[in-house]
Amino acid sequence: MDQALFEFCLRMGDNTLVLGHRVSEWCGHAPVLEEDIALANTALDLIGQTQLWLGLAGEVEGAGRDADALAFRRDAWDFRSVLLVEQPNGDFGQTILRQYLFDQYQALMLAELVASSDARVSAIAQKAAKEVAYHLDRSRDTVVGLGDGTDESHTRMQAALDRLYPFVGELFGEDDLDREVAARGIAPLPASLRAAYDAALAATMDEATLALPDSRWSQSGGRDGTRHSEHLGHLLTEMQWLQRAYPDARW
Amino acid sequence: MYAQMVKSTGQGVKPREDMSPEERHFQDRVDANEKIEPKDWMPDGYRKTLIRQIAQHAHSEVVGQLPEGNWITRAPTLERKAILLAKVQDEAGHGLYLYCAAETLGISRDELTEKLLDGSMKYSSIFNYPTLTWADIGAVGWLVDGAAIMNQVPLQRTSYGPYSRAMIRICKEESFHQRQGFDIMMKMAQGTEAQRRMAQDALNRFWYPSLMMFGPSDKDSVHSAQSMAWKIKINTNDELRQKFVDQTVPQAHYLGLTVPDDDLRFNDETGHWDFSEPDWSEFYEVLKGNGPCNEERMAARRKAWDDGAWVREGLMAHAGKRSHRTAAE
Repeated sequence: MDQALFEFCLRMGDNTLVLGHRVSEWCGHAPVLEEDIALANTALDLIGQTQLWLGLAGEVEGAGRDADALAFRRDAWDFRSVLLVEQPNGDFGQTILRQYLFDQYQALMLAELVASSDARVSAIAQKAAKEVAYHLDRSRDTVVGLGDGTDESHTRMQAALDRLYPFVGELFGEDDLDREVAARGIAPLPASLRAAYDAALAATMDEATLALPDSRWSQSGGRDGTRHSEHLGHLLTEMQWLQRAYPDARW
Repeated sequence: MYAQMVKSTGQGVKPREDMSPEERHFQDRVDANEKIEPKDWMPDGYRKTLIRQIAQHAHSEVVGQLPEGNWITRAPTLERKAILLAKVQDEAGHGLYLYCAAETLGISRDELTEKLLDGSMKYSSIFNYPTLTWADIGAVGWLVDGAAIMNQVPLQRTSYGPYSRAMIRICKEESFHQRQGFDIMMKMAQGTEAQRRMAQDALNRFWYPSLMMFGPSDKDSVHSAQSMAWKIKINTNDELRQKFVDQTVPQAHYLGLTVPDDDLRFNDETGHWDFSEPDWSEFYEVLKGNGPCNEERMAARRKAWDDGAWVREGLMAHAGKRSHRTAAE
């Protein structure tokens, strides 16, 4: 089995699965009807991308597990999602800022994956890149609008940024697996995307009149599964419940 | 559908000889199946009744996100989760077209939202029932969307242009919703013992509330007579309910499920299914706010609106600053 490619697909698919779950929690509770539609649409795209990434992971693994088996029958320590996407929704500002921090990374990553040496990875990236370009436009505009809105919206967005920025660094982590998939031309080293990310982030925060925290200290442990947040276990408890309670059923 | 007990003028249909020349001309256009457009003259009662009806439908779409949203995070497969998300997204979209249609009658979406939140406008009684198992998501698609379609298909021909056009778009999506609901029920009904139990339980709990969706018999209602003369209501509640029962009973049999009505019988003379009326006292209690989930549904909508105030204000303030900056350049 191609362990590196398998784990890489889990990293991609678990991020979209966990973030899609979080975003879908907003259903029917958004600040305005247009946001209900946009959030459901974003969650839908993310779940669709999950089906592709985890589907490929299952194919690479070759052990008979499909995307659903991987999504619904793994425990938290086998997940490879970054801590950023596991964070609870908080207020709408925290949700949209989390989305922006992720979208900005994902757009850069997918742009490189289009040229992956693995044709299947490239095909998924081509499809997902179009959706993520739209997500990024929307999350970026909303972060700018709320940062540069009223005093209250500005204060809330600054609090969201202070709360979430420590989870940004993990997106650019590097381990043996990253080095292997990079050497084989499957995916870029995440660290190689950092300069472009930082430039885009600085420009967005400037427009949003928000200040990036001084410290670049970063939490980590999600993308390698060594230390997830406490939140992930609860999220999976809810998400996996039917499959766990009725293991013989087909849905 | 989702419009129940919409009050019209309360005066019955005006005889032609009592109508003003404008009213007569208006009625002639309606009778000739011409569409009435926002800038056309229309009787005050027509405008008010339509606002109530369209808004009640819009509010139902919005509140209707909640019982289904209750299962999005617990959907059993990625595909089911994606389908349910797409469906709930469609429903929010339906709410949006309908509010837009209502706005053409001279009332804003914010005003309508406030009327929902202060309880002076209603949404369909059906959304005050809980979704307790995954089979309920099937039953909502199969029965609730099925009942909604019964009313919405004829409303594509309604006299008010923007409403008719909204209905045409909505009906296309609703039939997909109903099919996905039936598909869930089929999987459940053909599944394990526990799944069959969930499917039967869902039918037991949703059957009568679905029949209530059409509203009580209105064959003698002056409100309905006026609405029908204006073609903003096309069939009586009883006609639609019968059509729904006739369509749904064979589907339940096909699924191997039992409709929870001991008096259900096919009537060879009429060619229709005879069935028991729902408990109308329960229906009136639900409308008064005493259904199983009225409190939760309204609390959720109020919280969404209140918690979202800073977002709406922030984005408006930013839009104002930006247009100010553009003007200054």
